[in-house]
Amino acid sequence: MRPSIVASVVLALLVCAGGCDRPGASINVQRTLTEVQSGYAYQAPETQSLQDDDFGNPGLLWVDKGIALWEVHCASCHEGLDHMTDVATRYPRFDPALNRVINLTQRIDHCRTEHVGLPAVDYESEELLALTVALTHLADGQPYAVDISGNNAAAFERGRAYYYTRRGQMNLACHHCHEVNAGKKLRGETLSQGHSNGYPTYRLQWQTLGSLQRRLRFCNAAMRAEPFAYGAQAYVDLELFLAWRADDLALESPAVRR
Amino acid sequence: MAKARINIPRNVTAGDVIEIKTLITHPMETGFRVDSLGVRIPRNILTHFSVTFADQVVFEAELQPGIAANPYISFHLKAERGGTLTFTWRGQNDFSVTETRELAVAS
Repeated sequence: MRPSIVASVVLALLVCAGGCDRPGASINVQRTLTEVQSGYAYQAPETQSLQDDDFGNPGLLWVDKGIALWEVHCASCHEGLDHMTDVATRYPRFDPALNRVINLTQRIDHCRTEHVGLPAVDYESEELLALTVALTHLADGQPYAVDISGNNAAAFERGRAYYYTRRGQMNLACHHCHEVNAGKKLRGETLSQGHSNGYPTYRLQWQTLGSLQRRLRFCNAAMRAEPFAYGAQAYVDLELFLAWRADDLALESPAVRR
Repeated sequence: MAKARINIPRNVTAGDVIEIKTLITHPMETGFRVDSLGVRIPRNILTHFSVTFADQVVFEAELQPGIAANPYISFHLKAERGGTLTFTWRGQNDFSVTETRELAVAS
C-alpha cells in the first residue's frame, strides 16, 4: 500500500474518532440488522392511521396531561419546553449524582422527588407516564442520540449481553424473535424488529398507554421467563442497547400498536 | 387538568357542515374481566355523552360496555351561527366531565 493511501486511511480514522455524526459512533460494535424498520410498518392500516391522526391518537391524552403537569411542577426551573426538544433522544444515560445509567422516566422521577419535593410514585403511574411521553413526543421525528462510550459503556455491554442471552422456559433470546425471525409469523402475529422508538406506546391490547419496561416485562412473560421489577437496572441497560440498535429510526411516541 | 380533547374547525362560514371530534380519558371497564387473582373487576363505563348549543341538545349518545377505552366520538353539525358548545360526559361512579368550546362562524 502506498504511503499516501495509508496516511489518508489513518486521517479518516482520526477524523471519525474525533466525532462522527453521533456520540459513540466511533466505537466498533457489530450491528446484526442491516436495515432497520419501525414497528409502525408491521401494523394494520387502521392502527397506522390512528397513530398518524394528530387529534385522535389516544396517546395524545397523556401528552396533554404531561404538558399540564410540566407547567405546574417543572416550568419554574426549566427554561421552557421548546428548549427540551432533544432531551428524550439522549436517554438512557449515566447520571453522576446517582452513579448509574438511568432512563428518562427515572430522571423525571429523581427530579420530582429531589428538586420539587413531590412524593415518589410508581414507575408505571399516570403521572410519570404523562411526563415521559410529553418529553418524548417533543423529540418526535428525531433519531436517538445515545452515548455508548465512557460511563455508559458498561451498561451498554450488559444490555447487549442481555439481548443475545437465552432465557426462560422457551430458551429464547430477544435476538431470536426480533432479528433472526423478524417479519415471520408467530401464530397470528408478525414478529417485528422490536425497536423502542415508539415508546411510551398506546397499545390496543392494554387499552392504555404503557412504558417500554411494561412491554419488556410482557416479552419476558411471553417466553416464560420471570420479569424484572419496574425500574430494574437490567431493563435500563437493555433500553440503552435498544436505543443504540434503533440506529437512525425517528422517535414516534406516542405510537399506537395492536 | 385537561381530561378531554375537543377539536372544532376554524374558518367556518354559515351553512357549512363541520365535523367535531372529541376524545376523553376513561378506562371503559367492561365488568367481564377478572384480575390476576381471579376476582371480577366491577364494571365502570361512561354511560352518556351529550352536546348542547344554546340550551338545545345537538348530539347525544348512550355508551355501552363494548366500546373501547378512551372513547373517540365525532359527529357532524350544520353551523348556522356562532355560540358556545357544551360537552358533557357522564358515567358510573359519579363520573362527570363538562367542557365548553366557542364556535366561531363567519356570515
